[in-house]
Amino acid sequence: MSLTLPLLFIAALSVGGFFIARSRAQSAAGGDIRKLASLPRQHGLNTALSTAIPALFAILAWLFAARLLSYRDAAPIWVPLAIMLIATLGFILSIMRVSVTFRARTAAEGWIRSLLIGASVIAILTTVGIVFSMLFESINFFSQYRWQDFFFSTNWAPNFRGNSDLGILPLLWGTLYISVIALIFAVPIGLFAAVYLSEYASRRTRSVFKPLIEILAGIPTIVYGLFALVTVGPFLRDYFAQPTGFGDSASSVMTAGLVMGIMLIPFVSSLSDDIINAVPQSLRDGSLGLGSTHSETIRQVVLPAALPGIVGAILLAASRAIGETMIVVLGAGAAARLDLNPFEAMTTVTVKIVSQLTGDTDFASPETLVAFALGLTLFVITLALNVLALYIVRRYREQYE
Amino acid sequence: MKDTSMTKNIKISANNIDVYYGEKHAIKDVSVQIEDKTVTAFIGPSGCGKSTFLRCINRMNDTIDIARVTGHIAIDGEDIYDPRVDPVQLRAKVGMVFQKPNPFPKSIYDNVAYGPKIHGLSRNKAELDEIVEKSLRRGALWEEVKDRLHEPGTGLSGGQQQRLCIARAVATEPEVLLMDEPCSALDPIATAQVEELIDELRQSFSVVIVTHSMQQAARVSQKTAFFHLGNMVEYDETDKIFTNPEDPRTESYISGRIG
Ligand SMILES: Nc1ncnc2c1ncn2[C@@H]1O[C@H](COP(=O)(O)OP(=O)(O)O)[C@@H](O)[C@H]1O
Ligand SMILES: [Mg+2]
Repeated sequence: MSLTLPLLFIAALSVGGFFIARSRAQSAAGGDIRKLASLPRQHGLNTALSTAIPALFAILAWLFAARLLSYRDAAPIWVPLAIMLIATLGFILSIMRVSVTFRARTAAEGWIRSLLIGASVIAILTTVGIVFSMLFESINFFSQYRWQDFFFSTNWAPNFRGNSDLGILPLLWGTLYISVIALIFAVPIGLFAAVYLSEYASRRTRSVFKPLIEILAGIPTIVYGLFALVTVGPFLRDYFAQPTGFGDSASSVMTAGLVMGIMLIPFVSSLSDDIINAVPQSLRDGSLGLGSTHSETIRQVVLPAALPGIVGAILLAASRAIGETMIVVLGAGAAARLDLNPFEAMTTVTVKIVSQLTGDTDFASPETLVAFALGLTLFVITLALNVLALYIVRRYREQYE
Repeated sequence: MKDTSMTKNIKISANNIDVYYGEKHAIKDVSVQIEDKTVTAFIGPSGCGKSTFLRCINRMNDTIDIARVTGHIAIDGEDIYDPRVDPVQLRAKVGMVFQKPNPFPKSIYDNVAYGPKIHGLSRNKAELDEIVEKSLRRGALWEEVKDRLHEPGTGLSGGQQQRLCIARAVATEPEVLLMDEPCSALDPIATAQVEELIDELRQSFSVVIVTHSMQQAARVSQKTAFFHLGNMVEYDETDKIFTNPEDPRTESYISGRIG
């Protein structure tokens, strides 16, 4: 039996409960609601919440338990019955408590609190769940493949008949190389754009340019990838790589890095813009009042004051660059390679995660399970970057509060 | 703090000043002659345009997009709104101290050295050290901070921060010092210290101070101008304004009936 019926039942009972409790409260007051400790609609709210919340938590508890016990069939008949019983009990008990003196308003407050706590617990549990599922599969992988080879081998050559070389280093190298190039493009341009927008642009210009830049942030990355594939890649090959003898591949670290940089510009600029705007006007006035020019003020007072926040923004951009996949597949190719030549095709961790999990795969072989180890490594790296960024941003906030 | 010498030079001469913020007419035809080596106080109810007028004297209103200033202001006879005058240079000559202490997020030393560095007032580190020490002494802060010059200026107490800002303004060797309610964020003890400092600064500068506290105007200034709704109602010796004002509006303000 599915859980649709109990869900409908809970919804109907709690909506009905609202109206029943409300009218009971009205009749208990005998028409004069000033006699009531709580307003009729507060009684209604309390009943609706008393009916719905425990039953919803019961559903979640069941789903969770079923997952833990690896119970894969439909729920046995007693589960929906028990859930509906819980809802009915909540309904009846709260209706019975409707009286002139009952403080339904405070009682409803308690239910709302538990609802909010429930939501945050779910958010945390899912994250923990994601980490654990990665962790289990990774442990599985490392039981079949030596971790020393995974972390320190410089060769990536999966072979589905077994005997693969699964060294992460060429993938990490590609990831870092492409990300660094992306940041080298995105950070100065994004930062200068932010300085222009927040310090120089008139209000009119700002109202036109800021949304325009933010539109860039809304473009799906696959579109950037296509741009890399058909425009930037061939362009770089024909005008830079071939004339200078760096190679003749259209897919290259430079292509992916450049396009990824374009993707990151709006991200860096809108974060930096917010941070620069948060620098108090009084500091600018103080500097201008001492006879410094606009750009001296920006260089010597505004940017140093905003620096920790800007560093935080750059780290966030870096963690996006590291996690990016589509632009790399279409821009840099899929060949794992440890090379310094920026016009050579390389690939990243994320691309290889996808390619190891697609196609004919056997979920027990190290060639497939390596994807989870790669994912976990990436997760740890971006987590570390994000924690660092948040720490820096927070320290910066404290400075002005 | 009475001043007996009657012959004083006019340092700042403002004539027929009007200021508009967009449509809003914030200063209406104000003329005032400010003397050298004197503390001049601007008093008046909140929103009457004291800060606006003060900011005309170092052209800080130029940094506000919608502000428009007409009229003439001359410092030592030179028109500061002349197109040949560079407002950036002017602001080095006319220092400003703001309502809320606003030290830069730099060390105490770098706060004071900021102006001298920008304007190239020192040839080497030793000279810069000297300027910093001298300015901090003039800001009556040297003794308190001489052992921690390289700690952040933002770590000082409110009163110390404001004296740091005064020292910072003094370090560029200005001729005029503008102060916009410099004590309004300070406690009474810090206020007393800053007021004492203002009296000393009068030896070297022409000081113009905006204050909403009439007691403060009476304590520190020799001349007082009373502003009301964008007009300058009355300008005279401070003693005269507080004991025997000409205008009934001044009279009602100082006796607490308006504002
Ligand atoms: N930047 C500004 N933009 C628009 N209006 C302003 C601005 N600054 C001040 N005003 C207006 O000008 C008038 C005078 O302000 P201000 O000079 O700050 O008064 P005061 O310093 O005497 O309290 C006020 O009505 C105020 O609203
Ligand atoms: Mg003011």
